[in-house]
Amino acid sequence: MSTMRVALPYHLRTLAQVAGEVRLEVGGPVTLGAVLDALESRYPVLRGTIRDPLTLQRRLLVRFFACKEDFSNETPDVKLPEAVANGVEPLLIVGAIAGG
Amino acid sequence: MSVIRVLVGTRKGAFILTGDGSRKQWEVSGPHFAGWEIYHLKGSPADPNRLYASQSSGWFGQMIQRSSDGGKTWEAVGKDFKYEGTPGTHKWYDGTQHPWEFKRIWHLEPSLTNPDSVYAGAEDAALFHSKDGGGSWEELPGLRSAKGHLWQPGAGGMGLHTILLDPANPKRIFVAISAAGVFRTDDGGTTWQPINRGLKSAFELPDPDAEVGHCVHRIALHRSRPGVLFMQKHWDVMRSDNAGESWHEVSGNLPSDFGFPIDVHAHEPDTIYVVPIKSDSEHFPPDGKLRVYRSRTGGNEWEALTKGLPQKDCYVNVLRDAMAVDSLEPCGLYFGTTGGQVYASADSGESWNAIVRDLPAVLSVEVQTLP
Repeated sequence: MSTMRVALPYHLRTLAQVAGEVRLEVGGPVTLGAVLDALESRYPVLRGTIRDPLTLQRRLLVRFFACKEDFSNETPDVKLPEAVANGVEPLLIVGAIAGG
Repeated sequence: MSVIRVLVGTRKGAFILTGDGSRKQWEVSGPHFAGWEIYHLKGSPADPNRLYASQSSGWFGQMIQRSSDGGKTWEAVGKDFKYEGTPGTHKWYDGTQHPWEFKRIWHLEPSLTNPDSVYAGAEDAALFHSKDGGGSWEELPGLRSAKGHLWQPGAGGMGLHTILLDPANPKRIFVAISAAGVFRTDDGGTTWQPINRGLKSAFELPDPDAEVGHCVHRIALHRSRPGVLFMQKHWDVMRSDNAGESWHEVSGNLPSDFGFPIDVHAHEPDTIYVVPIKSDSEHFPPDGKLRVYRSRTGGNEWEALTKGLPQKDCYVNVLRDAMAVDSLEPCGLYFGTTGGQVYASADSGESWNAIVRDLPAVLSVEVQTLP
């Protein structure tokens, strides 16, 4: 069981009623999908806000960053970096830049 | 003394404006759900402290919020809006068929009698119903069977924006859909029929008299006379005296018959209100003058109501869900603008004051008259 960190964007922290980063226990390989499963399991209000609740596809304007790498277009079974898996670095869930 | 609660949905949150029966002093609460689009919020007629709100975001999707204490506290409830069965297709911009895709809830309509029963109008256009206070939602798919394959989104999206529950007949519901038209069920939502006969859309449709495809912006009724409907269409103000079986134009002497909201006086079924907008190309009031127009004859003869409203250099819009009436005597009217003002009249529209002036763009206004 790994304890890892997830940084949520402001609006999702508000919805989940959390301050700062979220710490999650993830069993098995720390994949992107496993982290999102664990996050939604602990905070059901977030289900559907990060990925489609039926298809589990990432919402278009949500991004996943970790260790300066973009994991947004990776498949759910991609393993996150060791530094994220062991809690040294957070997985950043980010609302895409609005532009303008 | 009565209390008036004005529920305001904006581009960046919800606001609740509370005033006493004099309608002169107001307290502003909010923003609730700051930073989110609140397309609509509305209270239950059966339990005024039960409120529902549609909270959405281009980033994070759809949430439905429910309050049981008049908006002091809220809880997120069900947000799974799944089209029934195989969703099927509707007409796309290029004329091909395109699958139905859920985007957001435009309008929430609580039951007249049961606070746990609430309807939701969606984009892409569909009607959903919850029997458990918003915990779960089921589509009423018969609506999309009413020639849904011919519905084609306009530039503003294909949203189901108006839901009228017939107070005299619990089996009858009217809905209106952008760029599709008006539809009615007489069996509680199982089967639906288009009721667009008499609408003419010469500049929007190849067949001006088409059975579906008309860009209806809003419909309204008076609860004492639910067979009489009023409509602000894209262009044209219309009236039906037979529950939508046929419509006739009542634009009369309006300076422009383009606009978005239409509403009916709380105590006078033939007194109706619209806010003329210059055109579909210029979404602001004619001549820079913000004027509510009132007809006391159910249409055709209109008078401008201007006292207290800006009469020069005003270029705001008033959206379809952003006008409402209270049920005090005299009747109060309220509307919100894309410039963030919420105007109120305590005398049936004779004079107006801004309750607030600097909110985010107003998407919807609803009013509760509390004892």
